[in-house]
Amino acid sequence: MSTLESFKSLSRAMFLGFRRDRGALFFTVLFPLMFLVIFGGVFGHQSTSKVKVLEIGRVPVLDQAMAHGGDELGDTMKLSKSSDRHDALHKVTKGDADAAVEQVGNQLVVHYSAADQVKSGTVQGLMNSIVQGANQAATGKPPAYHVTSQQVEDDSLKAIQFFTPSLLGWALASAGVFGASQTLVTWRTKGILRRLQLSPAPIPTVFAARVAVSLAVALVQFALFVAVAQLPFFGLKLGHYWWMAVPMVLSGVLAFLAIGMVIGAWAKTQETAQAVTQLVVLPMAFLGGSFFPLDASPTWMRTLAYIFPLRYLNTGMLNVMGRGLGPMSALPQMGILLGFAVVGGLVAMRLFRWDSA
Amino acid sequence: MAETIEVSGLRKRYGDVNAVDGVTFSVAEGEFFGILGPNGAGKTTTLEIVEGLRQADEGAVSVLGLPPWPRNPRLLPRIGVQLQASSFFERLTVREQLRTFGSLYGVPARKADAMLETVGLADKADVRVEKLSGGQAQRLSIACALVHDPELVFLDEPTAALDPQARRNLWDVLSAINTEGRTIVLTTHYMDEAEALCDRVAIMDGGRILELGPPAVLVRGLDAPARISIASGLLDAADARQLPGADDVEDDGVSLVISTRDPSAVVAAMAAKDALDGVQIRGATLEDVFLELTGREYRA
Repeated sequence: MSTLESFKSLSRAMFLGFRRDRGALFFTVLFPLMFLVIFGGVFGHQSTSKVKVLEIGRVPVLDQAMAHGGDELGDTMKLSKSSDRHDALHKVTKGDADAAVEQVGNQLVVHYSAADQVKSGTVQGLMNSIVQGANQAATGKPPAYHVTSQQVEDDSLKAIQFFTPSLLGWALASAGVFGASQTLVTWRTKGILRRLQLSPAPIPTVFAARVAVSLAVALVQFALFVAVAQLPFFGLKLGHYWWMAVPMVLSGVLAFLAIGMVIGAWAKTQETAQAVTQLVVLPMAFLGGSFFPLDASPTWMRTLAYIFPLRYLNTGMLNVMGRGLGPMSALPQMGILLGFAVVGGLVAMRLFRWDSA
Repeated sequence: MAETIEVSGLRKRYGDVNAVDGVTFSVAEGEFFGILGPNGAGKTTTLEIVEGLRQADEGAVSVLGLPPWPRNPRLLPRIGVQLQASSFFERLTVREQLRTFGSLYGVPARKADAMLETVGLADKADVRVEKLSGGQAQRLSIACALVHDPELVFLDEPTAALDPQARRNLWDVLSAINTEGRTIVLTTHYMDEAEALCDRVAIMDGGRILELGPPAVLVRGLDAPARISIASGLLDAADARQLPGADDVEDDGVSLVISTRDPSAVVAAMAAKDALDGVQIRGATLEDVFLELTGREYRA
C-alpha cells in the first residue's frame, strides 16, 4: 500500500473531523476574529481625547495663543469659558474638566487634579509651552530653535497593525496546543492509537497527517485574519515583506503542536489535557503580548515572556507584517520557534504511550 | 499444516502480578476459537501479546508463521483486530470511517463500501459514528477489522452491552465470516455465545488456561447432573426420591426438581406415573463448567 495514500486519507479524515467540530471552529477561528473586530474597532478609531480646560474669567495669555495657533491647540485642548471660579474648581475636582486656568497679573495659575496624571501632565506641559511662547514673543525676536516631530513608522502604525499579528498569534497558539493535546488524548483513550498501531500504515505517516492538517488550518486562520483586518473599516496596511509571516506562522504552529503533544502525551484524561492547555495558553497569550503591547509592562514580565514561543512569533509577525521590516528580521524568531518544536517533539516522544493502561 | 496461531509457555508480569502465567495453546486454520475467563483472568493480555501489541516476558508466539513482536508490517495486513466499539475517528460518517481504515491497508473505497453490506450497515452509510446504536457501532468496528480481508480476526467481547436481538444478529455475522474460511479468535463473558459460536474454547483464570476443548466435550466432562422439573403437586417428593436414578429432589411449592445423572430412566418412570406436565430437562452448560472451574464467589 502506498504511504502517500494513507497520508492523504488520514489528512482528509482529520480535516473533516475538524471542520465538523463546531466548538473547535468557534474557539480557534471565530472567537479570535471577534477579538480582532472588537479590539480593532475600539482602539483603531480612538482619537486621542482632548484635555478639557476651563478658562476662569479672562486669561489674555491663553486668548493670544488661541488667536495665533488655535487650530493646532484645538487638536489637543478643548477650551471653555467659566465666570464662576468656585464652580470651575469644583468641576476639576469632580473630573468634569481636566484643568482650570486663571491669570493673576503676570501669573498663569493652573488648577489640576492628580486623579488623572496623564491629562494633568499634558495640561501643565501645554500651559508651560504657551507661556514660553508668549515670553519668547515678548522679546520681539524670532525663536532660535524649532521642534519638528516625525513618527518613525509611516503614520499607519495604528492599533490594527499591532492587533492583527498579536491576536493571530493567540489564535494559532490555542488552535495548535489544543488541537495536538486533544487529539493525542482522545486517540489514546478511545483506542484509535491502538488501532493505528495494528495497521500497517507507518506511524510517522499518521502523525505527519495530523501536523499537515494543523498547518493547513493555521494558513486558513492567517488568511482570514489578514483579510478581515484589511477591510477599509480596520485598515491594516501590510508591510512589504508580509509574506515572510507565512513561514513564521508555520514554524510557530510546529512549536505549539509540540507543546500540545507534550501535554497530550502526559495527560491521562481529556479533562486534564484541557485544563493544562488553558493553563499554558492563556498566560502565554498575555505574556506573549497578544492582548496588549508589552512595552509598558515590568521588566520581569517581559523577561518571563521569553520562555513561551508565542513571544517570538508575535514579535516576528509584528516586525514583518505591522512594522514593515525586512524578511531577514524574522529569521532568528523562526529559528527559535523551530527549536521549540524539536525540543517539545523529543519530550513528547519520551512521554508517549500507546494506551491508557 | 502449520497452525494459524501457536503459543507456548507465554508469561507476562506486571509488577507483582502474573497477568499471564504459562499459557500454551494453538489455533488451527479456519477455527473459531474462544477465550473465556472472569475479569482479570489474563485474556486481554494474552490476546494483546498474540496481536503484537505487547511483548511477552517469556514464551514463544507465532502467528501465521511469523513473530508478531516487534510490530511486524508483514504480518499486520493479514490480521484484523476489533477493539472497543469506540475506536473511531471523531465526526466521520460510517462510510468515511471505513474508507479511512481501509486506506491504511491500501483498500480501495469501493471495496470498503461493499463491507457495509456484509455487516448490514449500508443504510447507515451517511450517519456519523457518534449517532450509531451500540449494536451498529459494534458492527462497524467489526467491519473496520475485516475491511482488508484478513486471514485471522481477533474479536474482543464483540457483543458486550448489546440487547438480545443485536447479539443474535451479530452472531450470524460472525458465523458467516467464519464460514468464509477465516480463523477467528474471540474473547467473551457470555457462555452461550461461546457455546453457540466456538469450535473450541479455552477457559482462563489467574493467568493460566484451566481447560481447553470443544464446548460440548467440556460440558460432558463436567459430569454434572441433569435437572428435571415439573409442576408441584403432580408427584409427591417422597415418591420422587424412589424413582430409579434420582439423586436428589427439591420441591419449593412451585416446581419439583429432580437431580439425576440418568435422566432417561427418570423420565421413563415419570411417564409411567403420568407426571410429565410442564416437564423441563436442563443439562449442564458451559456456564456450569466455567463456574466449576473459576469459582462462584464474586470478584470485583
